[in-house]
Amino acid sequence: MQVTSSVRQPLVTGGKTYHDVTHDVSRQVEGKPSLAWFLAFLTAAGVLALGAIALVATLWEGIGMWGLNKTIGWAWDITNFVWWVGIGHAGTLISAVLLLFRQKWRTSINRAAEAMTIFAVICAAMFPVIHMGRPWIGAYWALPLPNTFGSLWVNFNSPLLWDVFAISTYFSVSLVFWYIGLIPDFATIRDRATGLRKTIYGALSFGWDGAAKTWMRYESVSLILAGLATPLVLSVHTIVSFDFATSVIPGWHTTIFPPYFVAGAIFSGFAMVLTLMIITRKVFKLEDYITMGHIELMNIVIIITGSIVGIAYITEFFIAWYSGVEAEQYAFINRATGPYWWAYWSMMTCNVISPQLFWIKKIRTSIVATFILSLVVNIGMWFERFVIIVTSLHRDFLPSSWAMFYPTWADVGVYLFTFGLFFTLFFLFAKFFPVINMAEVKSVLKSSSEKAAN
Amino acid sequence: MERDTHFVLGVYEDEDVLMNAVKEVRSSGVKIHEVYSPYPVHGLEHALGYKRSRLPIAAFLFGMLGTSLALTMQFYMMKFDWPMIIGGKDFAAFPDFIPVSFEMTVLLAAFGMVGVFMVSSNLKPWAQPRIFDVRITDDKHVMAIDLAVNSGMGEEKIKEILASSGATEVNNKSFDE
Repeated sequence: MQVTSSVRQPLVTGGKTYHDVTHDVSRQVEGKPSLAWFLAFLTAAGVLALGAIALVATLWEGIGMWGLNKTIGWAWDITNFVWWVGIGHAGTLISAVLLLFRQKWRTSINRAAEAMTIFAVICAAMFPVIHMGRPWIGAYWALPLPNTFGSLWVNFNSPLLWDVFAISTYFSVSLVFWYIGLIPDFATIRDRATGLRKTIYGALSFGWDGAAKTWMRYESVSLILAGLATPLVLSVHTIVSFDFATSVIPGWHTTIFPPYFVAGAIFSGFAMVLTLMIITRKVFKLEDYITMGHIELMNIVIIITGSIVGIAYITEFFIAWYSGVEAEQYAFINRATGPYWWAYWSMMTCNVISPQLFWIKKIRTSIVATFILSLVVNIGMWFERFVIIVTSLHRDFLPSSWAMFYPTWADVGVYLFTFGLFFTLFFLFAKFFPVINMAEVKSVLKSSSEKAAN
Repeated sequence: MERDTHFVLGVYEDEDVLMNAVKEVRSSGVKIHEVYSPYPVHGLEHALGYKRSRLPIAAFLFGMLGTSLALTMQFYMMKFDWPMIIGGKDFAAFPDFIPVSFEMTVLLAAFGMVGVFMVSSNLKPWAQPRIFDVRITDDKHVMAIDLAVNSGMGEEKIKEILASSGATEVNNKSFDE
């Protein structure tokens, strides 16, 4: 027997029945794609093709195509890597952490958020792989494979190697978690379909029969996967931050990095979920499932994580001064007032000031304002990584080697390539996969729909 | 193995009605073959008298395997097979081995458990499931009663019990296999 407070907002509006849920979600998969979808898909595929030129050039000529120099060995590539990994944190957070906290509102956004996570991690993983220069022999540098270069194994003392394990585990576990959730929904589409579609979705549904015993095991698997994915999601950005924090570069060598990176990752991830969901709900007419209530709750997560990020920036600055280490103090003063001041202040404005606007109810319940601010947050988070990486490197211990970083067309092009890849994959997902987890929405329908309240 | 092919189905619309029906039908002595639902109904497994899933145990064992494999691999490679001085650290730098061990634990626990789930629930791309009613993946719950197992009770009697337990439809279903 479920007791739901009448004060709580309904999670699904519009008096939907179980059949309505099936119909509203499945019809996107079954119908012909709309003109808007085609245009969006072709745009994404066009950007992908354009970016591929830069990618091929980089692979053919080597990473000398990028604007890196002797002083600044990490710049756009690693900035983009950390940025995409950060975006890839919201999906698993929504599906795993919110499942453990029994936040039922996650049911209508977890599917798309997890898909976004998987695609973002694919984009992220590309950068370190390309940065190896010769990725075709890179497997020996990244994986503990026996080889004929002497019995030289990978270095398990290196956080870069920990990252290989963290990201590949995160990717594969998220993929499995996502797919397990998709199986019952594929079965729903299978049972509505005929012909070829029935065969394809039948195979995708793995012969799901909806038996109570299978559901019992499914629930057990979901709970344990959530329990495993929760520390996993926190470990991933912690280990990404170790790439910097375990070094001796002023501006990187700080113990605050792990929690600060994790908060930043959730912050940017939720912003990207909002960007995508606001478009998806509009295009697919899913306003009754992804309601204003959902958008408001995600905005609240953005205020909280944005404030943590803001406090982290200020703490970093304070500790640099308090440490009394001149190099450390200079690194931070240089960030705010040096040649990259514009990047630092873009970061401060976008990440610290703009999310505070969500304290105003009118702003956090406005679709337009949320959409704009979600873009602002993602721009700010890109600048955060750029500031951390480039400004800490460009003026190192030896003034004679101080330098500036200028991106080349290949830098920009490879970044564009990942955008094209991300959106191409997302649009394909949105068309051919059920974008809302029908089974889970149905399981909360009785206790949390508008109909149930009446 | 020859599978039974003749069933009586009770179709239910509401999860709470279904829950009571399961209890009623079981207490009247009818053995339920299985209940099929479009979404997980909490507590249904208790009403049906199923034992708790042992999948968490599988996950734990696979996780332990992951930890042991990861630690063995790292100590073997770094300490015994090809020791190298890296940053002046001990060859067996245990704290450095924790992140990879953690990740391998999670990886094996997750994949091992999901593998066991797939096998135990017969989930595979080429599986041909018995679909008792296509609406069970849409909006109906279906209780299937195997006639061969309940041969002691007449078919009419079973249908009566199902109808009085709140089933909105009572149907026959046979598979020709």
